[in-house]
Amino acid sequence: MIQLTVNGKPHKADVEPDTPLLWALRDSLLLTGTKYGCGSGFCGACTVHVNGQPTLACLTPVSSVAGKKITTIEAVDGTRVGKAVQEAWRKLDVVQCGYCQSGQIMSAVSLLSANKKPTDADIDAAMSGNLCRCATYVRIRAAIHEAARALA
Amino acid sequence: MNQIHNLSRRHFMQGAAGLTLGLALPGVASAASKAGAPAADAGFAPNAFLRIGTDNSVTVISKHLEMGQGTYTGLATLVAEELDAAWAQVKVEGAPADAKRYNNLFWGPAQGTGGSTAMANSWEQMRQAGAAARAMLVSAAARRWQVPAGEIAVSEGVVSHAASKRKASFGELASAAAAEAVPASVTLKDPKDFRLIGKHAHRKDSAAKTNGTAQFTQDMHLPGMLVAVVAHPPRFGGKVKSFDAARARAVKGVVDVVAIPSGVAVLAKDTWSASKGRDALSVEWDESAAFKLGSEDILARYREAAKTPGLVARKEGDADAAFAGAARVVKASYDFPYLAHAAMEPMNCIVQRTAAGVEVWNGEQLHTGDQHALAGIFGVSVEQVNIHMLYAGGSFGRRACKDSDYVREAASIVKATGTQAPVKLVWLREDDMRAGYYRPLFHHTLEAALDADGTIRAWRHRLVGQSIIKGSPFEGFLIKNGIDAVSVEGAATLPYAIPNLQVELHTPTDIGVPVLWWRSVGSTHTAYSTETFLDRLAAEAKQDPVALRLRLLDQHPRHAAVLRLAADKAGWGTPLPAGQPGERRGRGVAVHESFHSYVAQVAEVTVKTDGSVQVDRIVAAVDCGMAINPDNIRAQVEGSVGFGLSAALHGEITLKDGVVEQSNFGDYAPIRIGEMPKVEVHIVASAEKPTGIGEPGVPPVAPAVANAIAAATGKWATRLPFSADDLKA
Repeated sequence: MIQLTVNGKPHKADVEPDTPLLWALRDSLLLTGTKYGCGSGFCGACTVHVNGQPTLACLTPVSSVAGKKITTIEAVDGTRVGKAVQEAWRKLDVVQCGYCQSGQIMSAVSLLSANKKPTDADIDAAMSGNLCRCATYVRIRAAIHEAARALA
Repeated sequence: MNQIHNLSRRHFMQGAAGLTLGLALPGVASAASKAGAPAADAGFAPNAFLRIGTDNSVTVISKHLEMGQGTYTGLATLVAEELDAAWAQVKVEGAPADAKRYNNLFWGPAQGTGGSTAMANSWEQMRQAGAAARAMLVSAAARRWQVPAGEIAVSEGVVSHAASKRKASFGELASAAAAEAVPASVTLKDPKDFRLIGKHAHRKDSAAKTNGTAQFTQDMHLPGMLVAVVAHPPRFGGKVKSFDAARARAVKGVVDVVAIPSGVAVLAKDTWSASKGRDALSVEWDESAAFKLGSEDILARYREAAKTPGLVARKEGDADAAFAGAARVVKASYDFPYLAHAAMEPMNCIVQRTAAGVEVWNGEQLHTGDQHALAGIFGVSVEQVNIHMLYAGGSFGRRACKDSDYVREAASIVKATGTQAPVKLVWLREDDMRAGYYRPLFHHTLEAALDADGTIRAWRHRLVGQSIIKGSPFEGFLIKNGIDAVSVEGAATLPYAIPNLQVELHTPTDIGVPVLWWRSVGSTHTAYSTETFLDRLAAEAKQDPVALRLRLLDQHPRHAAVLRLAADKAGWGTPLPAGQPGERRGRGVAVHESFHSYVAQVAEVTVKTDGSVQVDRIVAAVDCGMAINPDNIRAQVEGSVGFGLSAALHGEITLKDGVVEQSNFGDYAPIRIGEMPKVEVHIVASAEKPTGIGEPGVPPVAPAVANAIAAATGKWATRLPFSADDLKA
């Protein structure tokens, strides 16, 4: 049994210590907004925040994040930046299939938390770990700029 | 099929919460007794396209899968337009599997989503459903208020009578409307009165897909559910010879290990345990019937085949005679690799055997085919297979598997274990990548006979590749005289006015790699060979590629219109700004029709000294008939550009001795954001019936980019993906 703090609440996950955080979130806590895409750190669909840092949940053993503050897409609107990113995504209808978008949004929130006015090059660098097979990249760029404007 | 006439066959069911409308199809009796009604409306049979609740919600029932292409939003737009609903009150849910009510009107008696047909086949059907509901709401209001129906207006979800200053919401009228007679006919709006169609209706799935609540198959957790991960043979056609499950069974959480026709399944209480259990298996494979050729072996065979005449798919004039008298002959050959769909959500599905039949949860794209497959496996009737259609995390054709491969696999696990628990089959990324059902590998040869002045006198196109359609439910109407129409689509339908033209096809049947439709199907390769070859001929004749095409498209005004629009918006003919020292820049064009939609694209590229290609900008022009949702059309074309570029720049599944060499996004790499060009999409204003836009944006990307590379370097790539080695300065 591993103690986790997810989205501000304590949880107990009945999993082995080597279980990736991804599967503890999805199959044990039933927080399924964080997605499985590749299991190897290539796609970023599993991106969550651990103590505020973007983290690939598929490569993170659950035992290594016990006691740390984990934030997932389900609580992304709990911060001003998170809310702005979510609203920009909706305003511009970024999503298509939507499967990668939790990870995209978590990465975008990290970017805008560190850089209030990112350029296209900043965006391409910060978002390079997040694959979108629908290739919604044009709108991801535009939505990050939109969120930056809303936050200014 | 005359949909207006069908309205006389409408029937409806009344229940506690409002009204349900159903469109009965010719020769089909009432399906009111069908089980499996949505929980929110338990009193109703789900043979309907919309439901209006007493809570004032309008629920549109989508017969088509939402896999990203915007279908839920599009179908809801059609219904809400004629219903005069407020967009905010409209919700969408997936229809159950029932081909009698929810068939794709272009596919005869089959329910499913594909071929960019969702809007096209539903265009009248959904508007009629909305219009009929509106008429019944008006009748109910007229009766309640004792005023003539003709004096009643409906706007934004409110029914009103101006003279008596009365109004009511849909919710307030729903129960009464259910008692009204279904209109024998309805009049649809004049397009000039549209207030949603052609405007900007926001996607209905944006909210759920940005807060983690959207439910994909992967996200389902049902009581008692087991998760299955399967060890598959390393080669297509391999079988299990023997296996040792002792170590797998020792993994905590593993509950069972069973042999199934496609491998060995490990069932566990959760995904990670199942995955660890699979890793702990020892399996010996019987590869006596396995396919053991590599991609290069296959290509070598195809090149040999291309030296001999194939079955004739199209013949105009006398190509042989024209070649004999040609001033010049230009030849090229092209190689296209296998391609994986690689949707972000790997294939998965949940199957449960119940006392009543079979329950399935799936991003369901081919309902009727999957129902038949499962009915056969479990020995139940097709009607006993109840499918819950969930959002699909992409598909690009993969979830419409002609053989129901992953659905069958899930069912075979349930059958082998005898469990009554729901079983979620999960393919990990590596399983998905190596499972086959790829875009087929193709080899093309093209030859043109030119007059002394460069005029194209003859064109011979020979294609070699596996048939997708053979053995599928569509064989009866897509294979004629041995020719699979989708193998040659875009080639046999070449629009250019060339007097002597012959298109031939070889269809090898001894290649054991499963193949499938992949976003835009045959046009994924035919648009490339035809549009790059035409550019070579333009260069041979020292003619402008746009001007030459326009001359040859005299009889194809819709092709010509998108070509002109894209060229104009891209500044065709104006100089491109130079790149950095050593960089070569170029502009290229391509135009292609697929699924009755017309798309032209102009690409601007920079070729670096190391031969790598950066696509800077794509300007697209689209004619897909009347634009139901222009913003979604733009989104689909933007995404199609990225999808097509992924294949052109990187996409390649290769086999070595029959083993797929790629496994994950490290070695099968879709483009990332840094490779995404700027994309502009221009839509041709049209009064034609809507066609599709999920696929037609894909085919022109690679040839437009290849032509731009050629403009920059003088080299036309004849093998995809592009090779940086071939393009070094």
